[in-house]
Amino acid sequence: MSSARDTVLGRIRDALALAPTPPVVVPRAYRTGRALPDDERLALFTERLLDYKARVHPCTADRTAEVVGEVLREHGARRIGVPAGLDARWLAGYEGEVRQDHADVPPARLDALDAVVTGSAAACAETGTIFLDGSPDQGRRALSLVPDLHVCVVDLSTVEAGVPEAVARLVPERPTTLISGPSATSDIELERVEGVHGPRTLVVVIRTDA
Amino acid sequence: MRIGLFATCLGDTLFPDAVKATAILLTRLGHEVVFPPGQTCCGQMHINTGYQREPVPLVRNFADAFGDASIEAVVMPSGSCAGSVRHQHPIVAERYGEPALRAGVDAVAAKTYELSELLVDVLGVTRVGAYFPHRVTYHPTCHSLRMLRVGDKPLRLLREVEGIDLVELPGADSCCGFGGTFALKNAETSTAMLHDKSDNITATGADVCTAGDSSCLMHIGGGLSRIRSRTRTLHLARILAATRTTPDVLTEASV
Amino acid sequence: MSTFLGMPAPPPRSPYGTGNLRGDRAFPRAARDELGNDQLRRNLGRATGTIRAKRLNVTGELPDWEALRDAGSAIKTDAMNRLPELLEQLERRVTERGGTVHWARDAAEANTIVARLVRATGSDEVIKVKSMATQETGLNEYLESVGITPYETDLAELIVQLADDKPSHILVPAIHRNRDEIRQIFLDRIPGVDPELDNVPAHLAAAARSYLREKFLTTKVAVSGANFGIAETGTLAVVESEGNGRMCLTLPNTLITVMGIEKVLPRYQDLEVFFQLLPRSSTGERMNPYTSLWTGVTPGDGPQHFHLVLLDNGRTAALADVIGRAALNCIRCSACLNVCPVYERTGGHAYGSTYPGPIGAVLTPQLAGMHAAKDDPNSSLPYASSLCGACFDACPVKIDIPSLLVELRHQHTEQTGLTPEKLAMKAAAAVMRRPSLYAAAQKASALGRVVAGRDGTISRLPPPLSGWSDSRDTAAPPRETFRSWFASEEGRATLRAAATDPNSEQKGEETA
Repeated sequence: MSSARDTVLGRIRDALALAPTPPVVVPRAYRTGRALPDDERLALFTERLLDYKARVHPCTADRTAEVVGEVLREHGARRIGVPAGLDARWLAGYEGEVRQDHADVPPARLDALDAVVTGSAAACAETGTIFLDGSPDQGRRALSLVPDLHVCVVDLSTVEAGVPEAVARLVPERPTTLISGPSATSDIELERVEGVHGPRTLVVVIRTDA
Repeated sequence: MRIGLFATCLGDTLFPDAVKATAILLTRLGHEVVFPPGQTCCGQMHINTGYQREPVPLVRNFADAFGDASIEAVVMPSGSCAGSVRHQHPIVAERYGEPALRAGVDAVAAKTYELSELLVDVLGVTRVGAYFPHRVTYHPTCHSLRMLRVGDKPLRLLREVEGIDLVELPGADSCCGFGGTFALKNAETSTAMLHDKSDNITATGADVCTAGDSSCLMHIGGGLSRIRSRTRTLHLARILAATRTTPDVLTEASV
Repeated sequence: MSTFLGMPAPPPRSPYGTGNLRGDRAFPRAARDELGNDQLRRNLGRATGTIRAKRLNVTGELPDWEALRDAGSAIKTDAMNRLPELLEQLERRVTERGGTVHWARDAAEANTIVARLVRATGSDEVIKVKSMATQETGLNEYLESVGITPYETDLAELIVQLADDKPSHILVPAIHRNRDEIRQIFLDRIPGVDPELDNVPAHLAAAARSYLREKFLTTKVAVSGANFGIAETGTLAVVESEGNGRMCLTLPNTLITVMGIEKVLPRYQDLEVFFQLLPRSSTGERMNPYTSLWTGVTPGDGPQHFHLVLLDNGRTAALADVIGRAALNCIRCSACLNVCPVYERTGGHAYGSTYPGPIGAVLTPQLAGMHAAKDDPNSSLPYASSLCGACFDACPVKIDIPSLLVELRHQHTEQTGLTPEKLAMKAAAAVMRRPSLYAAAQKASALGRVVAGRDGTISRLPPPLSGWSDSRDTAAPPRETFRSWFASEEGRATLRAAATDPNSEQKGEETA
C-alpha cells in the first residue's frame, strides 16, 4: 500500500489531468508602493488605532522614557516584563520592577506581570496594525501576549501607508504577529467587544521623529 | 430600430399586459417591434432546476427565432430571462449543442437586452413620455441587479415619469424569495423571505410595487393579495407605457 | 491506489459516515424546524444585519477592492492549478525549518494522526483554536473517544462545546445564540463562574478569559487549523481576534496544525492581498486584532515541536470538477452566509454540514458527494438557494456560487433516474420546442380561469404547487395570450395608435 502522501499527490495529479485549466496570470492592479508624508501617515495611523480602541501617545524620541513611564504609572503597573534587547533608556522614567525575559521563563510566570514594553518591526497606517517579528527589542511571542497591558513603541519611519508596503518589510522566517488594537471578539451577536484573552489594553507610543 | 420582442413564456401566457406595454412603449418611441412567432421559452426554469439537456431545443429555438440579422436588438420585459439568454445559453450550447448552435447563441446573446437596458443603454432615453400619478416603490429583482447589473437604470426611467411619487423600498436589494422552483422545493423558506419583502413594501404606503420581471411580481403580488394588501404589483413596462391619453387601469392585481 | 502513469482516476469523496459533512435529513425538512424558531430568526437577523453594514463600510472605503478581489481569485486559481508542486514545496520548507509534515487521505486518518501525536507527548488534553478542518473531521468526538480531552478556546466554539451544541456559522459558530442564552450556558457549565454574571458581552468575554487562562498556561499540546500556508517559505497563518489563537500557537510545547490542502498559497507576498480581503469580508474590520505567522520551529520562541497535517478528505474530488473546483478557492470568511437571505432565515444547522450557507451548499456536496446513499441529504443542498446572487457579490475571491449551484443541480439530475420532476421537465420542453404545441398548451392553461375565485385569483393549488399556494394567491390566466393579441386586429390598431401617440413628441429624448 502506498503512503498517504503518494496517494494524495497522485489524486491531485489525477484531478488536474481530468479537469485541466489554462495557466493563470495574477493581476496585481491593487495599490502598492504607496508613500504618504509623515503627518498624513501619523494622522491615519492614529485614527485607525483609536478606532479599534488602542490608546495612542505620539511623542518625540527624546521623550520616550517620560511617556513610557507615565503610561505605566497611569495603569498602576508595578512589575513589568521586557525583551532582552529593549533599549534600557526607554525605562528611565519607570520606577517599578523590571524583569528581563528569556526563553527559559515558563509562560505561567509571565502571568504575574502587570505589563510588557516592546518595540516593533513595522506598522500599517491604513489598518492600524503593528507587526512584531521576535527581534531582540520585541522578544518572544509569549511575552507580548500574556500580560494584560502591552505598551508598544513604534517609530513613525517604520509605519507604512498600506498593507502591501508593510508586508514587504517582513522577514518570512521570523515568527510574526500582527496586532490591531487590543484583543477583541465579535462572537456575541457579531458585535465587537474589546478584551478577551490577549492584552486587554494596548498602548502605542509613536515616536514621530524616529 | 428594428427590435425583436421576446414575450417570455410567462409573459406570453400569464402576464400579456406587461408584454403589450413593452410593444406599445417601443412603438411609441418610434421603433419597429417584431414578434418572431417561432419563439416559446428561454429554458431558464429547466436550467435553474438542474436540467441542461432538455432545454437544448429551446435554446436553439430562441437563437433561430432571433438570429435574423435584420433584428438589431432583442428585448424582453424580464431580467431573469435576459440573464438566462446571456449567461446560461452559452453554457448549455457549449455542453450539449453543436458548434453552430454555440455561435448562434453568442450572436443573439450579444444583442439581447432587458427593457431598461435597451431604453437607457441602446436607445439612450430616460424620459419616455410616461404619466403615472401614483405612489410607486421599485423592487430591483435579483437577476436584473446582480446578473445583468442594470444598476439604477429602472429608477432613472421612473424618475422621469410625470406625476409619479417614487418612494424608496427598505431592504430593496433583498430577494423576494421566488427563485423559480425554489419557491416550491423550499416553500417555507421562500415564504419567510416573501413575508419580509411584503412587510417592507407595505411600509412604503405605495399604491404600486413595480419591477422588471413578471415572475418576481407574480410572487410578490401573490403574497400581497393573500394578505389583502392595498399595494398592487405592476410591471415597469406598464408604468412607462402609461400616458395622459392612455393611462393604465389600476383595477386588477395583474402584473 | 491512484496512479498518474495510466489513466487518471476520479479521486474519492470523503468516506460516507465519517466526519461532519452530512446532516441526517434534507434541507427543506431541517429548515422547517429552524424557521419555526423565532428566537433563532431574531438572533440571526440582528447579527447578520450588523455585520452586513460593517462589511459594506470597510470594503467600500478601499478604492481598489475589486482589484484585490481579482488578485485574490487569480492567486487561488493559480494555487489550485499548481497544487502538487506547491504542496511539495510547502512540505520541504516546513521540514527544513524543523517541522514534520503528515498527509491524511481522509477525516479518519487525520484524526488518528492527531491522536497519535498527542499521545506521544504524554498529554491527555489539548487546547484548540477554532478550526473548520478539525470540525469537518469530527476531531473532538474522536479525541474524546480515545481518552483525550479537547478544550475549544474560541469564545463561540467554547459556547457551542459547553452547550453540547453544533456550530451554525463559519466565523461565529454560536451566532444562533444571543447574550442571554450565552449567559445561561456559562452559568450552567463553567465551574466556579460568578453567579452574578450578567449578559453584558464584555463580562461574558471576561468570564471566558478567566476560565481558559489556566488551560492556556498549563496545557502542553495545541491543535489548530490554518488560514493560509505559504509554499515559498513554509509559513503558516492563523487569523483571529481574541488572542486564544496566539495562546495556542505560542504557549504549548507541541503544536499540531490540520490544514486542508487547498489552503496553500504560492508566495509570501500573496498575504498582502488576503490580509486585506479576509478581515474586511469576515468581521467587517480593517484588520482582525491578531494574525500569527510562523515557519516551522523557532528556538526559544513558541512550540518546539510542530506538526502539519495536510488533509484531503474529498478536496481532490472537488478539484477534479472543472467548474466545481472554484469552491476550493474559499477562504472561509463567511461573507456569503451573512448576505444570504436563505441562511439568514434558516441558520446554519439546516445545512447539516460543518460548512453552511451558500459556500457550504456548493462545497459540502463536492467534498462528501450527493449520492452516497438513497435520498442523500446533501443532494438537497444545491437547491437551498433562490439564486439571488448576493453571495457572488460578497465573495472576496469571486466564487460564482449561483453558477456552481446550478451546475451541481445539473449533476444531481444527471445522477438520478426518471423522477416525476424530470418527466415534467421533459414534457414541458417537448411542448415548448414546438410553437404550435406551445400555443395549444397556452389555450389549455387559460382553462385555469374556471378554478379562479370571483376576485380572479386562485388561492389553492394541488401538490407540488400547494407549498406555493399556502401563502400566495395566483392570478387567473388571462383570456388572451400576448401572441394572439399581437396578431389580432385590436393589437395592430393599438400599436398603430401608439406610433402616432401625441406623447411621442417626447420620443427619443436623449439622456441628459
